[in-house]
Amino acid sequence: MKNDVSAEVESSAIAVRQRAHGLIAKSPHDMVRDLFDRIENLPNIKQVRPTDTGLIMVRGKVGGDGARFNLGELPLTRAALRIDGGQVGIGYVAGRNSDHAELAALADAMVQSETWSGVLEEKVLVPLADAVRDKKTENGRKAAATKVDFFTMVRTRKEK
Amino acid sequence: MTAALSLQDIQPGFADPVYDAQRIFRRLMDAMARPGRIVDIDADIVPPVPGLEGLSAIALTVLDFETPVYLPSGEMGEALSGWLRFHCGCPVTTDPQEAAFAILSVTELLPISAFNSGDPKYPDRSTTLLLACPALEGGKQVSLTGPGIKEIAHIAPSGIPDGFWNEVMGDRSQFQLGVDIIMGTSNAVIGLPRTTRINEES
Repeated sequence: MKNDVSAEVESSAIAVRQRAHGLIAKSPHDMVRDLFDRIENLPNIKQVRPTDTGLIMVRGKVGGDGARFNLGELPLTRAALRIDGGQVGIGYVAGRNSDHAELAALADAMVQSETWSGVLEEKVLVPLADAVRDKKTENGRKAAATKVDFFTMVRTRKEK
Repeated sequence: MTAALSLQDIQPGFADPVYDAQRIFRRLMDAMARPGRIVDIDADIVPPVPGLEGLSAIALTVLDFETPVYLPSGEMGEALSGWLRFHCGCPVTTDPQEAAFAILSVTELLPISAFNSGDPKYPDRSTTLLLACPALEGGKQVSLTGPGIKEIAHIAPSGIPDGFWNEVMGDRSQFQLGVDIIMGTSNAVIGLPRTTRINEES
């Protein structure tokens, strides 16, 4: 049995990895590659399993109690590699870009390593988080600009 | 519920999964088609258990998510378990009756009858034993007859416990049911499908 403290530490370690993984998987490959290229002396890597591409079935559910249905297949690339300190990272990204998956795996390994997590955070994760946030704001702004305000019509009708 | 897989100690499997698996599968077919013949397996992998190159390569070749595998308790089983789950995605079972494959060492055998010898409707659903031997020569000699053997073949794997061959023949007396056996060392295997009749030589 785990006590609460160790369970909490473990779940926060998982959350840190999930954040790094999410940022890299959601960002375009060019941007991620570019940020990694700016880091000097990246750790040496050794593949644990050759990077491969497959299909996954995406399943959907309408509402909380809807029956599950197959939405469609999605190509997915996965990588698993080990860096110098012995940390193993795994990466799964949508699409067929193996370099993207390997970068996600590299980030996953680096985020678990004390020597590398700081560098990764500063050089890759922060810029990606900014980019993702900017993109979201931009999308929100564009969407907001198309909003039609029916407020006046409704009020006019209700007024006597 | 299986514990989360710790990836820290996982060693790489095949360098080129498709071609390596095809090459090993071809050797395995030869071994099963010619029971008793010692077939070389050039595994070219670093197995989780030293000395288990041949059988580990076979395991990588034949196991997948549909084949529950029985592993012995203890160090060998634990080391194999994480490695096979990572590379093959196979379920690991503790119930020998459920196992499609079982990896065992001759030093810690279970009775053959513990394993699944198939269903009369589906005899192919029996367990296949992957048996690690110290050597495929130098033990007590037994003679083999049956399909794939011209007249008679002799094998003498070492480290086989007393009574093992009797158990195997007992299991095979219910032909078409029965477990298939693959005996292996680090670099070679012998196939003993259930069609092979085994006689101990006095």
